[in-house]
Amino acid sequence: MALPVRKFDAVIVGAGGAGLRASYELSKAGLKVAALSKVFPTRSHTVAAQGGVGAALGNMGEDSWHWHMYDTVKGSDWLGDQDAIEFMCRMAPEVVIELEHFGMPFDRNDNGTIYQRPFGGHTANFGEKPVQRSSCAADRTGHAMLHALYQRNVHTKTQFFVEWMALDIIRDAEGRVLGVTALEMETGDIVIFQGKATLFATGGGGRIFASSTNAFINMGDGVGMTARAGIPLEDMEFWQFHPTGVAGAGVLITEGVRGEGGYLLNKNGERFMERYAPTMKDLASRDVVSRAMATEIKEGRGCGPHGDYILLKLDHLGADVINKRLPGIRESAIKFANIDPVKEPIPVVPTCHYQMGGIPTNYHGEVVVPKGGNPSSVVPGFYAAGECGCASIHGANRLGTNSLTDLLVMGKSSALSMLDYIKAEGPKHRDLPKDAGDFSLSRVAALDGKKGGANVDKTRGEIQRTMQAHCGVFRFPDMLVQGVDKIKALADSVANLEIGDKSKVFNTARIEALELQNLYETARATMISAEARKETRGAHDRADFHQRDDNNWLKHTLWYKEGDKLEYKAVNLKPLTVETIPPKARVY
Amino acid sequence: MDERAVERLKWRSRRGLLELDIVFERYWKLNGGEMAAAEAKVLEALLLLPDNDLLDLVMGRARAKDAASAALVEKLKAV
Repeated sequence: MALPVRKFDAVIVGAGGAGLRASYELSKAGLKVAALSKVFPTRSHTVAAQGGVGAALGNMGEDSWHWHMYDTVKGSDWLGDQDAIEFMCRMAPEVVIELEHFGMPFDRNDNGTIYQRPFGGHTANFGEKPVQRSSCAADRTGHAMLHALYQRNVHTKTQFFVEWMALDIIRDAEGRVLGVTALEMETGDIVIFQGKATLFATGGGGRIFASSTNAFINMGDGVGMTARAGIPLEDMEFWQFHPTGVAGAGVLITEGVRGEGGYLLNKNGERFMERYAPTMKDLASRDVVSRAMATEIKEGRGCGPHGDYILLKLDHLGADVINKRLPGIRESAIKFANIDPVKEPIPVVPTCHYQMGGIPTNYHGEVVVPKGGNPSSVVPGFYAAGECGCASIHGANRLGTNSLTDLLVMGKSSALSMLDYIKAEGPKHRDLPKDAGDFSLSRVAALDGKKGGANVDKTRGEIQRTMQAHCGVFRFPDMLVQGVDKIKALADSVANLEIGDKSKVFNTARIEALELQNLYETARATMISAEARKETRGAHDRADFHQRDDNNWLKHTLWYKEGDKLEYKAVNLKPLTVETIPPKARVY
Repeated sequence: MDERAVERLKWRSRRGLLELDIVFERYWKLNGGEMAAAEAKVLEALLLLPDNDLLDLVMGRARAKDAASAALVEKLKAV
């Protein structure tokens, strides 16, 4: 069946921070730009970003992009590509000032310059002392950024397709990307969006874990589509976790609670951090606390009927201290854990926050794959930016505030690369393959026609519980091996999902099933990549290989859906203009 | 209330903030597919609010502008 085709110069999938920054650049240049989004752009997950944008503006004292670069390389535990990191840190001040000109209401100093707040890991003079580098708009930085960027796009006439879900990538015989198929929720119609260039800015897939701070939309859609199109995924074993999210909900409980005197208990009522960190106890660093919590749970000392959470006790602080110093926490615990922390401890678990890996790109935003001996051969017409892309700037662990810096810099950089490519393509679109769209139609038809298949909610729950238990913040070899088997065993369910609702209009059951197929690819890539990496680096923390191993593992993972094949490619340790920042121990 | 219109509202309850996703997930679990047209209209308007403003309402940090919205916000606060 021939599908309707809508032709654009550029097709952008996802309209959060990265997508909006890119679409603005392209539509400003006079191109015909389509931006597809499952939800209204200003309700993308970028809205949740509070910390700010990292950029060495030097408004609060001396700062330099080179120091920002050092902090980012060190944060990445040397897995970040130093050309991409230099590029981002050099570009950061420029994109922040542009954003100011777009009307972003940054907090200000008395002299009118943008105020910058301190943030963990931001240092002056290559780790010597803290520096204030994060530009913010109160605690609504992401929200303000989305609104400023959306307004610019309205002005430059980006065409938004809201409540559309992209389904699959269309590639021609040479592997060039020619656009996507997409489903309109309002009608259930499937349409081809043909672009001379296509950008994925679909965000992260943090919902692969049972405990996640990510909104429900973060299902790894772009990553799943990319895997199905035969393109590998890079460094998917690296996910940033926070030690204390409300068990069963994911809502964050700030580290300030432990700063104020709160502490963690296992099921025996033991203050176990005294064993793991006798001096710092509950105030040890995030990774130490997370590792201790995971160990207690693994060794059968977790709390609750399934022994799968830890208790955070703060009632001993008294109602006055809690109300005065931690009011938001009391609200959150009552609302999301159904617990009043003045009276009872809060159930908490290490909670997934950010995806470091993703679709492999260079710092131009071009998607790159190994081909003919070249480890980074460009996939013509295909670009990725923001959390779904892996340039790789964050390597094994992201420095705080670099998520917004990344989406601004890589959103713009991708768009500039796309401009050149679109110009070179000329006025005409290439011919679509004859079977373009057939794959998506067959996937949707299979869902609609399935009887006696797997339940979507149940399957999603199994994936999330498997990932949390077997591939969480602290990874045990036996659990990883079992996890690989368990995740592979779910393939059959994912391929045979059944939905009760067969209607065309706003069929949320169908959308959730299609999302789940993307989530599965994201989870499988993570599990396989994590089991294979026999070292501890950044956010990938193994109980059996407890050191970073630069001799064997200073390299990026590439996972292919086909046969779960793994390949590796070298980390680029050579920056663009400065000296290499050589690997050393990552201590703070 | 037309079932498809309810489905549309369910989808628009997917937000950028996890806290709101959880609140609406609980709300829809309690309400199922049943919904009076009047409540649907109020919900539709609430869903047009920016996420942070909606979260302030649901967490009791801000007040709804009119009585109908306030009644629905109370329902969302109670879930």
